Amino acid sequence: MSDTLRDRSRAPRPARFSRLQRSLHWLMAVAVIAMLFIGVGMVSTVSPAYVPLLTTHRTLGIAILVLAVLRLAVRAARGTPPLPVDLPRPMKIAAKLSHVALYGLMIMMPLIGWAMVSSAGNPVLLLGGVQLPPILPANGAMHAALWKAHAALAFCFFALILLHLAAGLFHGLLRRDGVFESMAPVSSERRREAPVMSESATRSRRSDDSA
Amino acid sequence: MARQPVPRGAIGSLILIAGIVAGSVAAFSYTGGFLSPGRLTPEKLLAGLAPSGGAIPGHRRNHAKGICFTGTFRASGAAASLSQARVFAAGDYPVIGRFNLGTPDPQAADGTVRVRGLGLQITTPDRRQWRSAMIDAPVFPVATPQAFYGLLQAAGSKDPDAMKSFIAGHPEFPAFAGWAGSAPYPASYAGTAFNSLNSFLLTDAAGRQQAVRWSFRPEAPPEPMSAADFAGLGPNHLAEEITKRVAQGPQRWTLVLTLAEPGDPTADPSRPWPEDRRRVEAGTLTVERIQPEPDGPCRDINFDPTILPAGISLSDDPFPAARSAAYARSFNLRTSEWKDYPREAGATGAPRP
Repeated sequence: MSDTLRDRSRAPRPARFSRLQRSLHWLMAVAVIAMLFIGVGMVSTVSPAYVPLLTTHRTLGIAILVLAVLRLAVRAARGTPPLPVDLPRPMKIAAKLSHVALYGLMIMMPLIGWAMVSSAGNPVLLLGGVQLPPILPANGAMHAALWKAHAALAFCFFALILLHLAAGLFHGLLRRDGVFESMAPVSSERRREAPVMSESATRSRRSDDSA
Repeated sequence: MARQPVPRGAIGSLILIAGIVAGSVAAFSYTGGFLSPGRLTPEKLLAGLAPSGGAIPGHRRNHAKGICFTGTFRASGAAASLSQARVFAAGDYPVIGRFNLGTPDPQAADGTVRVRGLGLQITTPDRRQWRSAMIDAPVFPVATPQAFYGLLQAAGSKDPDAMKSFIAGHPEFPAFAGWAGSAPYPASYAGTAFNSLNSFLLTDAAGRQQAVRWSFRPEAPPEPMSAADFAGLGPNHLAEEITKRVAQGPQRWTLVLTLAEPGDPTADPSRPWPEDRRRVEAGTLTVERIQPEPDGPCRDINFDPTILPAGISLSDDPFPAARSAAYARSFNLRTSEWKDYPREAGATGAPRP
């Protein structure tokens, strides 16, 4: 009870992402990676798989858009675990910026794709015969700009995900600072220890910091 | 709280991380075809279609010469029992279409082009669209998209024996070649029949499926001409003639669905179905107004044959998907090159009315 009444800014930040946050993260990880592979694969083929891949790509894109918005809302409500205090400043900045870029792409890529199909004057057809309304009027020049942006950003997105993956593994395997464990899909013996260490370490480091 | 010492396995961990990243890049590259030079991609098909001097920027990569029209599709209701698509329920539905010539060169003289095409977009009040792109040939030259690419390569090859060896490997080709070599040239688009060639599935309200092909059969007589006589009519005869003709009165085509029977080759548009197959007259296309392409409503439409309303779907015919992939690439390229084909008024790529 007192917890809920406490001023949020003074409340201790959680040691781990909540179960909902972790579920959303890993669900979206699968969806976004599948999305990038479907996208790069479908534009490289003229096989019969092209049509169902395209429809799946559109449908998954809309699902990612919805999940990303939901995830930002959960993040705003629940907060995030703090980064380790001893993390070098450039790495902290990189972590912040890469997450802004990841969220930006998770939201912008589906919107650019939707706008791209709309501006081509094509119906926005999803799996199950669902058809979404266009979000832009038909316009060839606009379509061209959006198509180029969608393709270029897809490669940036993939590169960023690899960076994110490498950074996560770096935290988990080399720094062992609890960052990886804070988002790990399941608790393990080691992981159950790790956030506790990280939390206490964070606190003591925070006081070191301010000293 | 000293930081944990860097574990002995640090190098191993770094190698593991690098390996995971490199493996991901390799998997992505493989999926994208970057490691598969043999894969038939949309780019390859378009390269095969391009004239020897290279693609003409701003224009469709094939069927580049064309003219727009608007009109109406009046469904008779006769096909409503075969498909739940709204477009078959009795009623009038607006059409944007395009008569065209099967050439990558928008300046080609009409008499130099054998194949004529009809692109259609029919929109129903439920916001669904049916797009189709048909040609006047009675059969398609080859059985598979791979073979079509082979044909493009052979036709563009400097090797004098290339076509000979292509034909030797593709026994289906002579049927098309026979038509191309002997069929008369109708004097007008108005007297030309257009065929889907590809097979599609109709689904009725109970979920029953029926494979079909379709044709738009002209009301106007064909006025058949020899190749030489037709070429003598002028390099832009077809567009000029249809413009004059439609200005004097609307032109009509009947949509005829041909229903497959079990065993009919739905996956191979180079093989016709027997003549005695049941046919259904699903409606009438009326072409009411011709508009030049540069400012016309058809210019920025991709007549993608996989854009279908619920009630019409793809069959095991591999061509619509291959065409869709190649058309999309063509559309992306030509809209990117819109400055090379500006609209006459404004030329801003502004939204069409």
